[in-house]
Amino acid sequence: MRDTSASVKEIRRSPQATVIVLTGDMDLHHVPAVHPVLLEECARNPATLIIDLGEVGYMDSSGVGVLVHVFQKVKANKGRLRLIRMSPRVRGIFEITRLDRYFVICESEEEALAR
Amino acid sequence: MSTPPPPAICDAVELKVPSVTGSLPIVRAAVEKMVLARGADEKEAAAIGLAVDEALANVITHGYGGVPGQPIEIRIETVDKGQGCRLTVHIRDFGRQVDPARIQGRNLDELRPGGLGVHIMRSVMDEVEYSCPECGGMVVRMSRRIGGGRPQVPGVE
Repeated sequence: MRDTSASVKEIRRSPQATVIVLTGDMDLHHVPAVHPVLLEECARNPATLIIDLGEVGYMDSSGVGVLVHVFQKVKANKGRLRLIRMSPRVRGIFEITRLDRYFVICESEEEALAR
Repeated sequence: MSTPPPPAICDAVELKVPSVTGSLPIVRAAVEKMVLARGADEKEAAAIGLAVDEALANVITHGYGGVPGQPIEIRIETVDKGQGCRLTVHIRDFGRQVDPARIQGRNLDELRPGGLGVHIMRSVMDEVEYSCPECGGMVVRMSRRIGGGRPQVPGVE
């Protein structure tokens, strides 16, 4: 059976931005593995934090809650948060909860750096 | 040569799962498979799977206070209704009882984690109804018409 555990696949840090690539299902069962890693990167105060959701197949409100928490941390540190490569399925929960009003959602890393 | 009868449809599934987060992807998969088999497209199946996931997560987190191993009973059934069919999901727990009138979606203008599950359930499903059985616990009944040109919700094209 395909392993859908949420995990941090990659973290790339540069002076311009920190890019975190997530993979798997971001649900109540799996987000505890990801949440602390995201908060650790927030604590490094990146000027721009880009979270790549291109390999995230599913997200429920607990996954969204983690991203809201990250948003609050980045904003408190006067940084920028960008979400990129969201699938239509994941985008759907942001629209249902109207959180797409708050997050800057981009198609690519290039767009995220430019906006 | 006579025409073979159409394959029999599975129109009811009953699951009994423990109150652990590992139950979520399993129930979600069962719900999505069932509604796909009854004519929903992938996006609609995903939305319904999400609503059921949220209801179940609330049982685990709030109904049972995160205590693992408690029983959750789920019944998923579909009934033909002209074009398309009606899906109904019952989720029964034996945990904390709450006045159903107090189970409301929260103000979405507040940007904070948590409290989004009920809003998601009510956005996706046609009906969401909570009740308190006399012998304790809660029942949530959710239903939605699937197939047959039903109006869409955000994220379900």
